[in-house]
Amino acid sequence: MSLKGKAAAIGIGELKPVKEPGDLTALGLMARVAAEAIADAGLEKKDIDGFLVGVPFSDPGMIYPASAAEVLGLNVRMLNQVDIGGASPAGMIWRAAAAIDAGMCSAVLCIVADLNKVGDQRPPVISVQREFEAPYGNIGANCGYAMIARRHMHEYGTTARQMAKVAVDQRTSALKNPLATFNDKALTIDDVLNSRMIVDPLHLYEIVSPVSGGAAIIVASPELAKGAKNPPIWLLGAGEYANHSTITYAPSITESPIKPAAAAAFKMAGLQPKDMDIACPYDCYTITVIVTLEDAGFCKKGQGGPFVMEHDLTYAGDFPCNTHGGQLSFGQAGLAGGMSHVTEAIRQLMGRGGERQVKGAALGYVNGNGGIMSEQSSLVLERRS
Amino acid sequence: MSEYYKPLPKPSPTSRPFWEAARRHELTLQRCGACRAFIYYPRDRCPKCFSDKLAWERMSGRGKVYSFTVVRRASSRAFSDAPYVLAIVELAEGPRMTSNIVAPPEDVRVEMPVEVFFDDVTPEHTLVKFKPA
Repeated sequence: MSLKGKAAAIGIGELKPVKEPGDLTALGLMARVAAEAIADAGLEKKDIDGFLVGVPFSDPGMIYPASAAEVLGLNVRMLNQVDIGGASPAGMIWRAAAAIDAGMCSAVLCIVADLNKVGDQRPPVISVQREFEAPYGNIGANCGYAMIARRHMHEYGTTARQMAKVAVDQRTSALKNPLATFNDKALTIDDVLNSRMIVDPLHLYEIVSPVSGGAAIIVASPELAKGAKNPPIWLLGAGEYANHSTITYAPSITESPIKPAAAAAFKMAGLQPKDMDIACPYDCYTITVIVTLEDAGFCKKGQGGPFVMEHDLTYAGDFPCNTHGGQLSFGQAGLAGGMSHVTEAIRQLMGRGGERQVKGAALGYVNGNGGIMSEQSSLVLERRS
Repeated sequence: MSEYYKPLPKPSPTSRPFWEAARRHELTLQRCGACRAFIYYPRDRCPKCFSDKLAWERMSGRGKVYSFTVVRRASSRAFSDAPYVLAIVELAEGPRMTSNIVAPPEDVRVEMPVEVFFDDVTPEHTLVKFKPA
């Protein structure tokens, strides 16, 4: 049983994120990106018969998929919410392919949209986290990633400059992305290290900025893909893994569940990390990229810091990585932040990267990361010539 | 006495013995009678072998800082008194706990030895924190 070549992405829709939500609503954003993605795929709304949705933090509710499908006016044969944090968008792609391969549906709308709600309006965590984490101030994601970075520095000698390089190179690519939130000013390593320390050792420019936005992807059956308007981007491999939620209780905080997730994706694809033309690793923080490149097998464990210094991670470089700017420069609209890695891989492989197009990109690796290095969903995608 | 405004643990039937011990200034963890693993946070079955033969044991209270961060700007208004040191403490008995290191932030190091410190934050609530050993 494999999902290799069983479905392809044929259309995308993505909004330029905005800092202030204004009069926007999450459901309104969904309608906009859904219309854009369906048109991009060359389909009509009636062709959509599968629906995977991420529940927005800003407008959550029970029985969410049917409610959102009703707002969009969809009639679907398969519907569900995917709740694996920032890994949800990557996780939707293989779930859509699996539903298509099982004959349940033929064109799945995968969608996420959210508003920037700052302050203490974060969604509730489950009882054990309220009981054993919140009283000590382990609230939100910043603290956990800071502790991962601190331990990685201790075990492997990773430096603040190495981590900062990730934000710098991604910003260089963002300058060529009209949709990116931060695309008007280049960054230097010193700019990053001189930005405010938020959670030691992570500085402000190493931490995603919350924005409002949304994105959608149409995943289609081979029959629909073969007649599609856009070059179909085939799913070659997928892998998923989780072994903890709170980082304190992970077997290791520097070696992540990305290792088994990526290994499964590459095994299904019959390919290796070195075969990839582009990489889109989830980047909520700079350290996340370094750990992902190690655990996905792009470099040896502990060598992520030297790796990002030795390689040019920009769209024009020898290791194009998060060529949309990553979430660090694109912005993180709730779960939609994690969709930006998938849409960017699809865009590059379709040859629609504009000024930041990676020449000849045919194979791409995507990783979605949820929670504190918890849920991991890896994809290998291909444009066939 | 000023009002305590940070989140407080609401014990469950599973965890109540842990918090009751903390109020007596004792650190107790569950131990699995089948695989002998120490367990934190409290569970109804051993997360390693799924046995339900769990018993409470008193810990030495000694450990080391596995990792930490100095939170300079907190994600929650309740912790607007930042900076504070949030840490993962690895107990001498093995399990890791989320806690605070009660020390000047500049003194805290990875692998630093620490010992338990019981912070009676309200008359009904005692948090399990650590200080340099």
